[in-house]
Amino acid sequence: MVDKQPVIEVHDAIKKYGMGDSTIFALNGVSLSIDAGEYVAIMGPSGSGKSTLMNILGALDIMTSGKYFLDGIEISSMDENHLAIVRGRKIGFIFQSFNLIPRTSALHNVELPMAYQGVKPKERRERALVALEVVGLADRVDHEPTELSGGQQQRVAVARALATRPALLLADEPTGALDSKSTADLLDLFDQINVAGRTVVVITHELDVAHRAKRIIRMRDGKIVSDELNTERVA
Amino acid sequence: MSVFEIIRFALRGLVINRLRTALTTLGIMIGVASVIILLAVGNGSSKAIQDSLSRLGTNSLQVRSGGQGFGFRARASASTVKPLTILDTVALADKTQAPDIKQVAPIASTNATCVVGTNTTTPSTFYGTWPAYYEASNTSIQSGSYFTNDDVTQARRVALIGQTTATALFGTASPIGQTMRCSGIQFTVIGLTTVKGSSGFQDGDSLVLIPITTMENTITGNQPLNDILVEATKSTTTTAAQNELTAILDARHGITGRKTADFSVFNQASLLTTASSSSQTFTTLLGAVAAISLLVGGIGITNIMLVTVIERTREIGIRKAIGAPKAAILTQFLIEATILSLLGGALGVIAGFIGSHFTIDGTKPVIVPASVFLAFGVSILIGVFFGGYPASRAASLRPIEALRYE
Repeated sequence: MVDKQPVIEVHDAIKKYGMGDSTIFALNGVSLSIDAGEYVAIMGPSGSGKSTLMNILGALDIMTSGKYFLDGIEISSMDENHLAIVRGRKIGFIFQSFNLIPRTSALHNVELPMAYQGVKPKERRERALVALEVVGLADRVDHEPTELSGGQQQRVAVARALATRPALLLADEPTGALDSKSTADLLDLFDQINVAGRTVVVITHELDVAHRAKRIIRMRDGKIVSDELNTERVA
Repeated sequence: MSVFEIIRFALRGLVINRLRTALTTLGIMIGVASVIILLAVGNGSSKAIQDSLSRLGTNSLQVRSGGQGFGFRARASASTVKPLTILDTVALADKTQAPDIKQVAPIASTNATCVVGTNTTTPSTFYGTWPAYYEASNTSIQSGSYFTNDDVTQARRVALIGQTTATALFGTASPIGQTMRCSGIQFTVIGLTTVKGSSGFQDGDSLVLIPITTMENTITGNQPLNDILVEATKSTTTTAAQNELTAILDARHGITGRKTADFSVFNQASLLTTASSSSQTFTTLLGAVAAISLLVGGIGITNIMLVTVIERTREIGIRKAIGAPKAAILTQFLIEATILSLLGGALGVIAGFIGSHFTIDGTKPVIVPASVFLAFGVSILIGVFFGGYPASRAASLRPIEALRYE
């Protein structure tokens, strides 16, 4: 556990909305470091700033001030076009509402990010099929999102995130729209992915989801209030 | 990622949203087709007028009894009108006084009903004249023979008939050598005139021509001429010919000023100019209607494109979140818009060409080539601009903003 390079390094992140008296600090000086191979849950009630943090960690949004290094690269000063490339190469997203492209087969959905990265069609297809196999959907590759259950759609999203071999798997309330069986399946899948060495960050307000992680960060009012190892999971 | 790849994305986008693709294409198609067809109709009717007028012969002038202009003025001077006579006709044929007049033909007109067995017809044109008429009026025969000067001097009972009259009397059988009875007088049909077509007001083939002498001897008696048909030597000398014939007739009828003139002259060339300028106005009007329909079609395209992009903003957000650069998204939407516009435009051109094959209210549409390019070009410009512009705005959104879009 010594010379692990941090995947995420955030220094004094501030994100504010509005101006003057009505200024709201969604993030009020957050500093954070997450190493490669960690499994981290970020918890907090709504309005705590955890979604804002997730958007910034995912390079979907920019912060007002502060520095952010992703996999050793400073991205807090990048423009939108470079951020798009970073997102494609470094981050695999899993959203609460799945966010698959409608009326498009599971296979094409999984291939899409690789297509934007310029991976050749043949290799792309192979990697997509492997990823779908990993999430247990090898027999559903030609199904469109509407033909799949919520749990299956979320697993397509996981496959899409994994296929790009990202430095970081970023999940925002991944179980929010799932029943308990699908939730359990998905969390098992996250365990499996983390055991294989991939860094996983889950944003959630559900305790049982957070307790599957090895490290739990709690937020309130735009600040980190606690950051501890999950003793149940880390021996 | 390659352009080829983006084109595949665009095609997939079009196939996935079949209904939207079909509706957009239909909208563009209707806009383009209506412009092409409307302008073709306008152009066709103006061509038809020009054709029927030029069939009359542009070298010819028509002298009619009565003052300049129709109606009130003509009636006011009616008491002093000297009728046009054969002698006037002969005087106009004087080469020394009227060097620009090639030949002159008198026209005596009557209404007569012709009968063959149980078939009857009343030709809209029943003229007594002489052979100079053929050339001056641009009349030729497609079978049989003309009547000659000899037939005129001998007052033979021979006739040339038009196709409409021939069909009415003889059906499909050849009329040449057959006999018919007009106003009780028996005529031998010796020639069938070439089809002239309709001039818009009357059927040019509902026609009987007989020697003027025969007409006077047997049907009408000695009546004044209705018209004198004058052929100028060239189309450029019609004005000179008109001046010469006016001078001759003024002298013969004792006319001192134009106000008291008891005859009027119609110039086919000036008639042609008037007619084509009025049909030009008609085409302009149709062009304006077409432009409006293109505009309405354009607004339709704009609407569909805008709605499409708004509807797909979330999809754009997803694509951006998983690493699509702005250029790739923009290119995809531009290609989709271009394919839609091209497809709709091409189908519209095809529909326009097909539609222009049908005769619309008696007018055969003639396609104006410029209208095809105009309609096609404008629809593509509209499609690409209004497909591309909102897409570029959506592609510029931060992914988080686009993703929140519901």
